[in-house]
Amino acid sequence: MTARPRISSTKTSERVAAFVVKWGFVAVTVALILFFVITEPSFRTPENFFGMLKFIAPTAIAGLGVMLAMTVGGIDLSVGASAGFAVSIAAWTMVIGNQVGGVAVSVVLVCGLLIGALNAFLIVVARIPDLLATLTTMFVIVGLKLIIVDGKSISSQMTLSNGTTAPGRFTADFLWLDRGSIGPVPVPVIILVVITVLLWFLLERTRWGRALFAVGANPEAARLAGIRVQWYRTLAYMGCGLLASVAGLLLAARIGQGDVSAGNSLLLDAVAVALVGVSVLGIGRPNAWGTALGAVLIAVMVTGFTMLGLPYYAQDFGKGIVLLIALLFSFTFSRRRTVVTAGSTTSAS
Amino acid sequence: MTSPSLNAHEGHGAGVVSLAGVSVAYGSNVVLTDVSLEFHPGEIVALLGANGAGKSTLIKALSGANPRYSGEVRIGGDAVHLSSPVQARRLGISAVHQKVADGIVPGLSVAENLTLDDLAQATRRPLRSRGSAFADARAALDTLGLSWSDGVLGSDAAGLAISDAQLVVLARALRGTPQLLILDEPTSALTAAEAERLFEVLRALRAKGLSIIYVSHRFGEIEALADRVVVLRDGRVQSDSARPFEWHGILHDMLGRAAELSHDRGAAQRGHEVVATLDGVTLLPESEPVSLEIRAGEVLGVLGLIGAGKTEIAEALAGLAAPLGGSLTLAGAPYSPKRPRHAIDAGVVLVPEDRQRQGILPGWSVQRNVTVPFLRSSSVGGLLTKRLERSRAEGVIDSLSVVTTGPDESIDDLSGGNQQKVVVGRWLSAGPRLALLDEPFRGVDIAARREIGTRLAEIAAGGAAAVVLSSDVDEIFEVADRIVVLVAGRIELDRYADETDRASVIGAFLGAAHPSSPEGAPE
Repeated sequence: MTARPRISSTKTSERVAAFVVKWGFVAVTVALILFFVITEPSFRTPENFFGMLKFIAPTAIAGLGVMLAMTVGGIDLSVGASAGFAVSIAAWTMVIGNQVGGVAVSVVLVCGLLIGALNAFLIVVARIPDLLATLTTMFVIVGLKLIIVDGKSISSQMTLSNGTTAPGRFTADFLWLDRGSIGPVPVPVIILVVITVLLWFLLERTRWGRALFAVGANPEAARLAGIRVQWYRTLAYMGCGLLASVAGLLLAARIGQGDVSAGNSLLLDAVAVALVGVSVLGIGRPNAWGTALGAVLIAVMVTGFTMLGLPYYAQDFGKGIVLLIALLFSFTFSRRRTVVTAGSTTSAS
Repeated sequence: MTSPSLNAHEGHGAGVVSLAGVSVAYGSNVVLTDVSLEFHPGEIVALLGANGAGKSTLIKALSGANPRYSGEVRIGGDAVHLSSPVQARRLGISAVHQKVADGIVPGLSVAENLTLDDLAQATRRPLRSRGSAFADARAALDTLGLSWSDGVLGSDAAGLAISDAQLVVLARALRGTPQLLILDEPTSALTAAEAERLFEVLRALRAKGLSIIYVSHRFGEIEALADRVVVLRDGRVQSDSARPFEWHGILHDMLGRAAELSHDRGAAQRGHEVVATLDGVTLLPESEPVSLEIRAGEVLGVLGLIGAGKTEIAEALAGLAAPLGGSLTLAGAPYSPKRPRHAIDAGVVLVPEDRQRQGILPGWSVQRNVTVPFLRSSSVGGLLTKRLERSRAEGVIDSLSVVTTGPDESIDDLSGGNQQKVVVGRWLSAGPRLALLDEPFRGVDIAARREIGTRLAEIAAGGAAAVVLSSDVDEIFEVADRIVVLVAGRIELDRYADETDRASVIGAFLGAAHPSSPEGAPE
């Protein structure tokens, strides 16, 4: 006895809808790129191409972190704060602590893992809802950062409160994270691509990725299937904290000082990118390539808007519209069940 | 004997709530079929039925919570359509739902909780004085013959004892003097003394001419309280009997399935080698310890109602929750799984009771639903291997004849029975030593049930042990070689299926569930 085929009830309109859901966003991105390529000569240079990707890399990486939290049915609102924390801690380690870039990077990455562990503890052990737990963490680490740096931005050889000059500076190896390139490809772009490929591989090809998605799809069924649900949720939040701190490292290297306000605007963009990522390829669940593509779409839009001479605040409006359209595709128009469960709300078809 | 008397009360006058041909379907799934009943003033009608028999569906339709029913409802002779709970209440039908806590708004005072319905009618008195709320609250309590002090009325309702909260919800339901009051398992959270207090209130209300629908699993309460017993099964009215109640027949109506489904399998298999044992295990907080041997080579059917301890047996063996007391063995060695993984690795698998909540991964393909517990054996060095996943999924589809377009079809697109076959097949694909199936046939069509039953007989013949836990006596007779009857955490019967019969099994049920019945023992 074999599987009996069932009569397919797919109508033409449904197939068109499925096609639009799958390729609509890609088409919009390509159309936007073509539009700017034709209308703006400065847009079509290779420098601009890599510049755009480099510009969006921190957002995309933080967005990949949020995406990772979403795979287990959660959300992380502390990514912006974690990235900001990373900026100040990197600066503090190099400038006040007089350490080389490698040490700063290590310290920042450990801090990112710790922040992720704190989120995981609040959500998994203390059972605080993900939205509220990470919102709280956001406040706590922003405050902690300001306490550590006395509320000030840390720059190379700044004058300290005791009148002396800070011993250290942003080292060249650290700044290479932003300014370096391999061939024509800037380092941040390479880091973004490597992280995207690794996450795609982890989530789509390995059993650990499958387990993460199972936890997000139905935690109780996953538990009964022998998957250690709490362990995978912990891993996802720690991964998210780590990625947020990588985003912070790239921001710090770009700014070249420990700007206390860095990372503030990252949260909304990162969450938006992860949500756009769910719908971009019509996959209907968090995924790495969709998230990266969502980031590229936003980068193209922001760059294009700038070249067109639109005011900076028009960008937020544009991003909001993109996110709205993405959510409409995910929740309203998609026939399939969407398994984005930000704040633990699941929507069925 | 029970006798259908669906149209026996025609021509009664005012106050009668009557249903004619009421049906409810969710999509193509018909859950209530052609129900015709009458409820008369001054009468308590007990509504009985196993899980999924349609009791709550009927209550939802009658209380206005589900306006999408077909058929006719008449109140005092006038045809009405019940479109919302508020409207049903206005027409004279009030319902008190099972979970008392859901009816109480914590943070509001007792008085506000008693007069909660007024909040919904915002047109009246947007600003209410404390005094008038108290007066209304007192009037509501008065219908139950209660008078509570202002101190109590002003206090937070969250602080009420469960039995008092039950009274608050009841008093609220009685505001506006309904003609029909629906009570869903009102005593499930009450002590015996509190329940007795509630019965006094209900008898007084009956004397005043109120019609009451009383849903309960407790036969003793029904015997003490009800004037009629209506049994629902598979969405139909199975019987409608007046006093004196013939409990044997009522249980038969409630637990049995249609005769055509009765036991027709071949010779019962006899297991010999003991796979697992429960040694002095306490299933429920106040029950005595029980011991049970589970043997390879046979399908064991454990029959019990909700709260009898069935799920506790499954959870203990599957590593979901340690038993309250006692110990387990597996293959002769002490066995105490701390997590589902331990049980799975030891060859003990569980098909959980609630397929939607505990079984399937919504939106996932059939294949991925099948392989989720076996990710390790479906991968090489952590890398999932399509071939391994696909062969396992195809094996499941073939062995249980799952109706699907293939392993890649979304599980959401399968019927309930086929989803269940995927979940059962998933677990049997591991080649388990012991397979536990908790209510595996709920919402599952006959064909799927047969296929699952056949597959269980096969794995038992192959040397595994299978345990089916169910509240349906015919399901148990259909699949089990050996039958254990579980009542309130105690084993009341343990026999081979071909050495016993329905009457004995039902008798074992009855002997414990309804001790006051003199004819409790099997004939």
